[in-house]
Amino acid sequence: MKKVLLITGTRKGIGKELAEYYLSLGCNVIGCSRSPGTIVNSCYRHYELDVSNEKDVVNMVRVTKKEFGRIDVLLNNAGIASMNHFLTTPYKTVQNIFNTNFFGTFLFSREVSKVMMKQKFGRIVNYTTVASALRLEGEAIYAASKGAIENFTQTISKEVAPYNITVNAIGPTPVETDLIKAVPKDKIADLLDKQAIKRFGTFEDIKNVIDFFIDDKSNFITGQIVYLGGVHN
Amino acid sequence: MKNKIEEIIIEVLTELNEELEKEALNNPTKDTKLYGGSGALDSLGLVSLITDLEERISDEFDNDIILADEKAMSQRTSPFRNVESLTIYIQKILEK
Repeated sequence: MKKVLLITGTRKGIGKELAEYYLSLGCNVIGCSRSPGTIVNSCYRHYELDVSNEKDVVNMVRVTKKEFGRIDVLLNNAGIASMNHFLTTPYKTVQNIFNTNFFGTFLFSREVSKVMMKQKFGRIVNYTTVASALRLEGEAIYAASKGAIENFTQTISKEVAPYNITVNAIGPTPVETDLIKAVPKDKIADLLDKQAIKRFGTFEDIKNVIDFFIDDKSNFITGQIVYLGGVHN
Repeated sequence: MKNKIEEIIIEVLTELNEELEKEALNNPTKDTKLYGGSGALDSLGLVSLITDLEERISDEFDNDIILADEKAMSQRTSPFRNVESLTIYIQKILEK
């Protein structure tokens, strides 16, 4: 049976690469972003939406359930970053970051879990960051939104465990995508220096952890936060 | 509309009870107690009922409703207490 994956933030970056990777394995992939999709494949569906818009998220999940009958995997990949001293961070920026990172993760987790609980199977992977574990100066708001995701991941992993749904989180190091292009080079170098393995993360590093989390055999792995590069709390 | 909603709730409850096997949910009627007090459902049972109902209501009325919204959760008398109160609550949401 073809697996059905719902991946948020698939227009570019890691989300797009993951979508293309799982499509190449023969999966059905349903993606979304705020702008039109960039993937052309008969097994791919794209929704243009804001992940913090409850009505649109509910609709996307229900239409997906109607078309494919199930959702096996949810990757809450959509995220935005911002680097700023907290004293000079506009309130609106904080709201935007929490809207996409935390509220988006919450809405998709809630709606997709409703589908997964009925099929008594599901794999949810959320995204955190090493910036949360490292308490990086200049990333207070971004890291706080991810810290919320970490706690949420571990708590809901208990709430959905009776339905054979696992919920884990991956904490990538910086990967050379648009998300970090505005971050000064010396700041990135400082961050890499705090890792046990001092290099950028790659798509392959992320894919490896996600493949492990969503594997059918990983049904005893839940509530775990895996940071890349040898970072820990 | 009210009769149709009640019919859906009773159908969903009957299907749900094939799994839950609660005596109090055999042959549900509009007076069947659901959640809180002497209601037959525990919190996980309520979650299943809400999820199933949202999907059925959405299919039947072509309206993506969320049953566990802020209003439902903050009402002094819960709309989930019995079949009748839930019917009235869903009707109100659909008529909005």
